Amino acid sequence: MNLLWIAFSIIGAVLGLLLSAKAQDQVMMIHGMIFAAASVFAAYALISRHYRAAPTPVEGPGGIVYNTEIVRYGVVASTFWGVVGFLVGVVIAFQLAFPVLNLDLPWTSFGRLRPLHTSAVIFAFGGNILLTTSFHVVQRTSRARLAGDLSPWFVFWGYQLFIVLAATGYVLGATQGKEYAEPEWYVDLWLTVVWVVYLLVFLGTLWKRQEKHIYVANWFYLAFIVTIAMLHIVNNLSMPVSVFGIKSYSLFSGVQDALTQWWYGHNAVGFFLTAGFLAIMYYFVPKRAERPVYSYRLSIIHFWALIFLYIWAGPHHLHYTALPDWSQTLGMTFSIMLWMPSWGGMINGLMTLSGAWDKLRTDPVIRFLVTSVAFYGMSTFEGPLMSVKAVNALSHYTDWTIGHVHSGALGWVAYVSFGALYFLVPVVWNRKSLYSDKLVSLHFWVSTIGILLYITAMWVSGILQGLMWRAYDSFGFLEYSFSETVEAMHPFYVIRALGGVLFLIGSLIMAYNLWRTARGDVRSTEVGALNLNPEFAAGR
Amino acid sequence: MSKVEKDEISGTDTTGHEWDGIKELDTPMPRWWLWTFYATIVWAIGYWIVMPAWPLISDHTRGMLGYSSRANVEQELAAVEESRADVLKALRETELAEVKDNQELYQFALTGGRSHFAVNCSQCHGSGAQGGPGFPNLNDDDWLWGGSVDDIYQTIQYGIRSDHEDTRVGNMPAFLKDEILERDQVSDVTEYVLSLSQEGRDAEAVARGKEVFANECASCHGENAKGGRDFGAPNLADAIWFYGGDKETIYKTIANGRANVMPAWEQRLDDAVIRQISLYVHSLGGGE
Repeated sequence: MNLLWIAFSIIGAVLGLLLSAKAQDQVMMIHGMIFAAASVFAAYALISRHYRAAPTPVEGPGGIVYNTEIVRYGVVASTFWGVVGFLVGVVIAFQLAFPVLNLDLPWTSFGRLRPLHTSAVIFAFGGNILLTTSFHVVQRTSRARLAGDLSPWFVFWGYQLFIVLAATGYVLGATQGKEYAEPEWYVDLWLTVVWVVYLLVFLGTLWKRQEKHIYVANWFYLAFIVTIAMLHIVNNLSMPVSVFGIKSYSLFSGVQDALTQWWYGHNAVGFFLTAGFLAIMYYFVPKRAERPVYSYRLSIIHFWALIFLYIWAGPHHLHYTALPDWSQTLGMTFSIMLWMPSWGGMINGLMTLSGAWDKLRTDPVIRFLVTSVAFYGMSTFEGPLMSVKAVNALSHYTDWTIGHVHSGALGWVAYVSFGALYFLVPVVWNRKSLYSDKLVSLHFWVSTIGILLYITAMWVSGILQGLMWRAYDSFGFLEYSFSETVEAMHPFYVIRALGGVLFLIGSLIMAYNLWRTARGDVRSTEVGALNLNPEFAAGR
Repeated sequence: MSKVEKDEISGTDTTGHEWDGIKELDTPMPRWWLWTFYATIVWAIGYWIVMPAWPLISDHTRGMLGYSSRANVEQELAAVEESRADVLKALRETELAEVKDNQELYQFALTGGRSHFAVNCSQCHGSGAQGGPGFPNLNDDDWLWGGSVDDIYQTIQYGIRSDHEDTRVGNMPAFLKDEILERDQVSDVTEYVLSLSQEGRDAEAVARGKEVFANECASCHGENAKGGRDFGAPNLADAIWFYGGDKETIYKTIANGRANVMPAWEQRLDDAVIRQISLYVHSLGGGE
């Protein structure tokens, strides 16, 4: 088996060098080299692993030898990419307020850094969080070690390679111009391979499970993995101009292309950022609160309703465009019907706390998790509201959308991730507690103020912008020029950027805290006052 | 581990499953949740009945209201057009200089002109028509091609150095690049030009520059450098600068020439719109 992987690495190295040598453009040349280098490293790691003594198996709870090492790697990668993604976000926020910060260089222009930010936070940070937590949760709730010996590592490192190829491509100007699906055809193919192995690892672990039933978190993970595969493949169907060049042409054109893109884009939100992170919520909230999940029935009904309805909602991104009216109607009505299925997750998350609400005061990690569910509830109410055509006529193309996305992204996705990271680090490094609970609390307040600054600034600016665009004078002429509306945005862009700075500072506080925790440190002023990790076993 | 228990805090039974210490309660779905969910479904079905909704083989369900966003836009545009038809006709048929006599028409033209200016002109001339380097300020009375409303109308219609055959054309040569003048001469003329609106310039250079100016520049900019509208040659004595009034910029202008373009809007805008913009620009303060 080992030999097969080594053979794959060598083929990969040759393929990379070939692509690089025959490349028709600079980006393909560089990417070929990166691919070759990654393959050589992989071959080296595999060979040296062969000659190294196998580590003595460490039994986890229940006497099962879990693969915790990959979860540790995942925690580090998630934290790293999170900080990088937030930093790029802060940079582009300041670029919008002060365009001189584009530096007049192609590589640092907003147009290239914006996809870098969105991909870094969604796919690099969010994606690594999903990989990491799913590998942890599926093992624990199945009472089975992660399927495959090297396959999970291929998924982990293959995914990091995908991130590096995507990010370097953006900065060098390679994009297929599809929002949240910017990487070109060859990067998409690589991700497809990685994703299929991910699905197999996940299914393999479920297959080996020692529990009769599959836990609800795993339904959500599975829905996320399967649907993302489908969305990714269909939206990226394209014909490369040459196998040695980056450029490709989409199989779709015109309004079909737009609809395919938003079918993808909206369900990236639905299945990546909602279903996947609901899975996180369903494991980490009851674990941390040490309370049973509120309602099993609700979880079944809202799961299937969510899965069935979400996939239809994409057309609401194309209201009042060339998209036919009937399609707009379906997009809007399915979005409205999606409201309660979304809230099912919120109810199950919040009500699981009943009987443990006092922990909000004593456990700042619970505070992150609960606040994330509250933000989830708010965003999933705002979303259907904005899909109503009359509301959308005001909100579309304005900063309101940006505010909406970030209340979901910062408040829900990032907060539930932070909660999961704070939970995971003591567990997978086998530490008695975190390094500091006070720093968790500080992180919470700094970033919460950041989020509030961010979303309120964007709400005000978005509604102002929308109203200015549609203002008419008594003769029916437009009241404002576009540049006047841009000028009016300036103060809000500054406030938004400051909110982003606070959020970034919070993430650095977290990174420090997690690092000290992993090292096994305990903050001297908090000894004896920390929330303990119930899974800690001395001498294990 | 299949054992149904009663949860002490809520008094509800668990489902009897347990995963990594996590149990589930068998709480029924909240009624308000379920009924709201049903209500949204009923509302959606109602919406489908009245609005265009489901695709069919070669058509789609039209809905009882017969709604069509395309038809709506067409109706609204037609309504605006109809409501403005008379005033636009009057505007096209009235001499520009006489529009002012009809207060109602003039007000309409100024409001419309402001709006069309914001959409089409503000990108270069600024949202307050204050201009910028290479783009004239339209609020003052320093006109390159004439400040009567008919002059302005002509400029907007055909543009300056545009691709229109009736475009206004003026040519500021590249005196140094095309080897018409030596470096020192360009420098001297620069000093001379600056001396027209500033005191304390280098007197000797000014004297030399004056001579060069008389030979090379006066044919367009005039003997006294007050400009010439036939060629769009700016007045150089009024301390209002087109590309910038520092020594370096003036030197560059003389050395390399200038050829900024104003598009011919006749190719893009309706005549009535150009008339509105002309009247608006004329009204900004410097109209002649």
